[in-house]
Formats: sequence, structure tokens, C-alpha cells
Amino acid sequence: MTRAVPSIIALCLLALVIAPLVAVALRGAGVSLGPADWAAVRFTVTQAVLSALISTVLAIPVARALARRRFFGRGALVTLMGAPFLLPAVVAVLGLLAVFGRSGLLNSGLAALGLPPVSIFGLQGVLLAHVFLNLPLAVRMILQGWLAIPAERFRLAQSLGFGPAQMLRHLEAPMLREVVPGVALVILVICLTSFAVVLTLGGGPAATTIELAIYQAVRFDFDLARAAGLAGVQVVICALAALAAWVLMRPAGFGAGLDRQAQIPAPGGWRSMADGATLAAATLFLILPLLAVALRGVPGLADLPPSVLPAALRSVLVALASATLTSAAALALALAVARKPSVLAGAAATLPLATSGLVLGTGLFLIVQPFTPPMTVALPVTILVNMALTLPYLYRILLPQARALRSDYGRLADSLGLQGWSRLRWLILPRLARPLGFGAGIAAALSMGDLGAIALFAGERQATLPLVVQQLTGAYRLEAASAASLVLVTLSFALFWACDAGGRRAAA
Amino acid sequence: MRTTLLAAGLSVIAIPALAETPVLTVLTYDSFTSEWGPGPAIETAFEATCACDLRFVPAGDGAALLARIQLEGAASEADVVLGLDSNLTADAAATGLFAPHGQTVANTLPVDFADPLFLPFDWGWFAFVHDRSKLPQAPTSFDALAASDLKIVIQDPRSSTPGLGLLMWVKAAHGDRAAEVWAALADNIVTVTPGWSEAYGLFLEGEADMVLSYTTSPAYHLIAESDDTKAAALFDEGHYLQIEVAGKLAASDQPELADQFLAFMQTDAFQSVIPQTNWMYPAVTPTAGLPEGFDTFRPAKSLLLSPLDAQAARDPALAEWQAALAR
Repeated sequence: MTRAVPSIIALCLLALVIAPLVAVALRGAGVSLGPADWAAVRFTVTQAVLSALISTVLAIPVARALARRRFFGRGALVTLMGAPFLLPAVVAVLGLLAVFGRSGLLNSGLAALGLPPVSIFGLQGVLLAHVFLNLPLAVRMILQGWLAIPAERFRLAQSLGFGPAQMLRHLEAPMLREVVPGVALVILVICLTSFAVVLTLGGGPAATTIELAIYQAVRFDFDLARAAGLAGVQVVICALAALAAWVLMRPAGFGAGLDRQAQIPAPGGWRSMADGATLAAATLFLILPLLAVALRGVPGLADLPPSVLPAALRSVLVALASATLTSAAALALALAVARKPSVLAGAAATLPLATSGLVLGTGLFLIVQPFTPPMTVALPVTILVNMALTLPYLYRILLPQARALRSDYGRLADSLGLQGWSRLRWLILPRLARPLGFGAGIAAALSMGDLGAIALFAGERQATLPLVVQQLTGAYRLEAASAASLVLVTLSFALFWACDAGGRRAAA
Repeated sequence: MRTTLLAAGLSVIAIPALAETPVLTVLTYDSFTSEWGPGPAIETAFEATCACDLRFVPAGDGAALLARIQLEGAASEADVVLGLDSNLTADAAATGLFAPHGQTVANTLPVDFADPLFLPFDWGWFAFVHDRSKLPQAPTSFDALAASDLKIVIQDPRSSTPGLGLLMWVKAAHGDRAAEVWAALADNIVTVTPGWSEAYGLFLEGEADMVLSYTTSPAYHLIAESDDTKAAALFDEGHYLQIEVAGKLAASDQPELADQFLAFMQTDAFQSVIPQTNWMYPAVTPTAGLPEGFDTFRPAKSLLLSPLDAQAARDPALAEWQAALAR
């Protein structure tokens, strides 16, 4: 009976993703993609692959430095690593402009040195923004991998007289081979479906993504067949990426440790300088735009409209509800896949990444509307859509550690007859608390910032905080909008921090 | 305190009557319904005359409204759709979902605009807005702009109504030369944003010298922020109009109330709210006139493609625009 639960969850998820696609496709007939669409597909894939590669490669030294160095403020820095990912795209863009824009810090510095200015617009701007948004996520996911290597292995390696190169070869490389493909995949698909960042910093029509083409098809042309066709292309690309990641991902097989909180050996000399420089550069890169966002928002805090409060409350409730649901579903799927590889569960946990909030929202709207005015189900639908869209992140974070848990303790637990609730209570939850807390934090914060589904369904009194931000900018009240974004970012971050810290405490 | 108690008491008495109060549902764009938009004042004013409950339902922007009404079809709860612009009305009319408004058209638009299905409620001229203190001499035509090394931000016509408006502006002003104008403008365009607010934000941040907005944008800064540095550049070839309209849905279950609302839309009570909440020109100039500073940038010539011409021009213009800018 309990064995069937993950399959049921997987089927429900697949239905949640596929039914809206079908509903959208049924409203139109015949799909034809023009040359402009294929150009968009090419650009989308190029920028996403580059963004994922750069973010992941840069994240490795940062995660390693964080894993093996102990210094004042390390905990704060690890927490900060959650922040950029949680920024609404448009807010992040404004933060980056304050640093890299025409009158930003970088160009003022260059001008003072008599050097020509650099432009943030174009492919380099898109990559910059995607690395800013995703590098921290990659660092955190890879750091989880480092911390999951049992301390005993490092101790053994040390006693065998391993140098840093051998340590890398025997301990770190196998871990990276298991974790990195999943990380790169998650970032790849995030970048595949972004459009506001890409369009704003891309410079013009050359920087068109599939997502923008979907947006145009739904909003301006009301060509639902074309929207469904484009969404289908997006699904295929993501499925290919997932397949590649699955082929590359191999279990590391370290065996179980005793969970002693032991220091990972940190080589000294130039390596310690290099780690320091890496961390300093990463911190500066992340913190300056964040600081700019904060500075911009503070002056407007005084005259925030009263509607911000109920909207914020609504957003927090939606985020908490969808984070709870996502965590439960992702845990069930990851445990099931760790026990027995399942194409069904894997697909269910990857496909949502490939669809867009817009297609999902439009499809659900078509499904719901014959039965009830969509307004009445605005919040439940938002929770459901957010759950589907955030589940893949949690799943990627949980899966490697669920596998390790299975191979390390599975047989012992089976032989003890530790099953069901008590297995969850005594084995699974304590050992997966750290990634679960981190994942739930990400899910909650992502749901906070979501604008996809609510914009289609929202009634008069159901506005969430991102929608209020949008309305404020629309009314020229940019200062108040910045302040409302600051509230949004602070709340998202607080939610993320609470879940993440909760997970870390439970694991300690 | 006493009045609150009284109000509470009255509302208890009013509950049985409430069940019979007819509800008029108006589908509109986000910023119209927000508390700093025209929505709240108009709701109060209309409810005082109609013995009804006026409900605004927000749905994204003008283009999203059309998509929403096409999604809902005849099953829509909405009675009136408010906020489409004249570049979209041909598509809206083609859905067959709208009924004739039957009103006597009495507007003070700078062009003749009469449509059996759609009634204008406000309008504005698209214009490039700049900062006078940084750019004292703004260009006076598209050609002058293209010849300068000024940097501009525009909106994407595939995702925003101002972006679409700019396509129509170049088309209406330069016709067959449109592709040439776009090719010349390409190196002036810093970037293209998904919507108006991103573009305006970039301009205020100093990322560009000029931004595509409205001739009334400087009035916002003047009236709400006492900042007179913002100005709209007036172009010799004339300025394209955005005319925002409302229409009654044929499937409405409150057709009389919908008519009453459309008639109310042309009265002072509605029109006098528009300038300082929607920052557009009211379709009928209110008896009290326009707020001071609202009329500072008034183009001599207005350009407008008829809804059918705009619909026909859209796809070719979009292709030209993409070809010129995608190099």
C-alpha cells in the first residue's frame, strides 16, 4: 500500500503538467513553427548551456573553499548564498545595473582609470545575470555534496598520506561526478525558461527565448496551438538535458560514516590564499547588487500602501502551503527512486521544469473555467502550480542523499524491521533534515516570488505581493515598488533562512 | 467611533437587501484597479448612482485582457471589458463576444474615433521622454534621433502594448520607409524590455537618454514629485495615439447596468479621476479642465491607424522590426 504512494504522486504530478498542455493544444489545431521560432530555440539553448556551464564550474571552487575553511561569518555567507536565487528577476536586474550599468560602480571605476566603459547589454549581460542568480544555488547544492562525504573518509585519506591531488581524485571527484550533472541540469532548465532577464539584458529581438514566444502566442496572438507547440519543444529540450544528466550521474559509493562533525582537512600555503581570494570575489559579486537592491528600497518604506500587508500575508501562506506539499512529494519520490530506479518518478520530477508557469496557468484556467469562476480557486491553483514548479529542485537536492541513505542504512533498517512511520521518524527525517530544510526553503521562497499563475487567476482581493509590486510600477510609483520588492525579498529570504536553519539544526 | 458603530449597525440591516444587489463585473488591467489607480474612486462614484455592486477584476495588461476574454468565451463572468487599446479592437471585435454600446459618442479626442462596439475612456500620445537637465536639445524626428548617438530604451511589441504602439507609430508616420527607419534606429537602441515598467526603470536609472512612454509622463513627475526635469520630445512627423476603450460583452447578464456604466464612463465623475490616477488624457475633458502641467507637451499632429489597418499592419511591421534589430 505505502509502496504505491510514490507512484500515485508521480501520476498526479504528470497529470498536473500534461493535462494543461493538452487543454491548451485542444483549443487550437495544427502547429507550425517559423524560422523566427527556431532562432529563438537556438538562442535559448545557447545561453542556457553557457549559463549552466559557467555557474556550475565557478561554483565548484567556491563550494570547496566553503566546505574546508572555517572563518568568522562563514555561516552568514552560506545563508547569503540563498539570496540572489530568490530575487524576482526584475529586482535582480536593477541590482546588477547599479553595479555593472552605464552609471554603475564598475563603469565609474573604469572611467576614473581612463578606461572605456563596458556594456551590460547583450549576451554577456544575460550570462552575468544568470550566473549572479544561479551561482549561489550551485554553490549550495555542491556544498551539500561535500558535507555528505563522511568525515571518516577524509580522516582515512589523511592517515594514508593523501595530498590534495589524491584527495581530489579519490574523494572529491566521485562526489562531484554524482552531484554536478544534477546541479547543471537544474540551472540549465531555469535558464531555458527565463524571459524577463534575457529580454531586458539581451538587448533586443536577437535575444529571444522560447518562453517569450509562448508569451506572445498566448497574450497577443491567442494562438494556443502555437503556444502548445512551443511548450512541447521546450519539454523535449528539457527531457534531453535530463537524459544527459542521468547518464552522467553515477552514485559515489562512499559508505556510511558516524556523522561526526569533523573538520575537512584544509591544505595551507598558496591554497589557503586561493580559497580566500575565491570566497572574497564571490562574496563581492553577490553582495554588491544585493546591497544596491536594499539601498533602493529603503527610502520608499515609509509610504508603502496599506495593501502591502494583506498581500504579504497571502504570499507567505501560499509559500508555506506549497513548500509543505512540495517537500512531502519530493521526499516520497526521491526515496522511491533511491529504492528502485523508476522512469515514471524521474519523469514526474523533471517534466515540471520544462513547462512554463504561463502554459500551466493557461491550461488550468481552461480546465477549471467550465466548472467555476477561476477567481474562486486563485489561491489553491497558485499553490498547486508553485508545487509543481518547485518540486524538481527539491528532488534534485534530495535524490543523491536519499540514494546514499539507502545504500548505507537500507539493509540495516530492513533487517531491524524499521518501516513506515518509525523509519521516517528515526532514520529518514534526521538524516535528510539538512537537504530537506534547504529544499523547503528554496520552494517557499520561489513560491513567494511567483507571478505566473496568480496573474491569470487573481480576483480583486487576492493580489499577492509580487502582483502589488507590478501594480505599483505600473502607476509610476517606482520608489514604493522598490520598497515593496524589498519587503518581498526580505520575506522570501526570512522564509528560506527559517527552513534552512531549521534543517541544519535538526541535522546537528 | 459612534459613526463606526452606526455603520456597523446599518450594514447588519443592509445584509438582507445585499443579496438582491445586482453585481456589475468589469474586467480591466492591473494598474486600473489598484488603490492608487482610478478604480476605487470610480467604484464609489458609480455605486452611488446605480444601486449595484461594481466589481473590478484585474487581468494583467491590455493584451492579457483580450487573451482572458478569448479564454473565457461566452461563459465569462465579466459584463464590461475596460482597457483594450485601438490596436487590439479589431481582434476583439473578431471574437464576436462584444455587443454594440449604443451610446452617443461625445469625446474630445484629437482625432475622429467612433466605433460601434468600443467606447474610448482615455487616450495619450506616445513620445520619447528625456531628462531636460541632461539632454537640453532633444531630437525632433525619428530621422534626427537615428542620426544622433543618443541611447533609447523601447518595449518589445511581442509582450507590451506601448511596444506595439511604437511599431504602429513608425508605420503610420513613415509607411514604406518603416524598415529603413528601424535599420537606422537599431544602433540607438540600448535594449528592448518586456514591458513599460522595466523600460521606464532603466531610463530613470540613467541607462538610456530617452525612453518610449507618453507625453503625459513628465506631468506625473511634475505633479506628484514636483520634478520638472522630465520632458517629452515633440516629433515633426506627429505622434501616434493610444486610445483606451471599453466594451460591453454580448453574454452579459446585466446588460442594462453595463449600458449605465458605459454612459457613466463619459461623465465628469469618471473622467475627472483619470488624469491624476491613470496619467492619461480623459476622453472627455472635464468641466474643471486638466490639471496644471498636464498639457505642456502637446504635439501638433496626431497619428492613428484605424483598428483594421493596425491589425493588418501588425505582422509585417513585426517582421520588419525583428529583421532590422536582430542583426
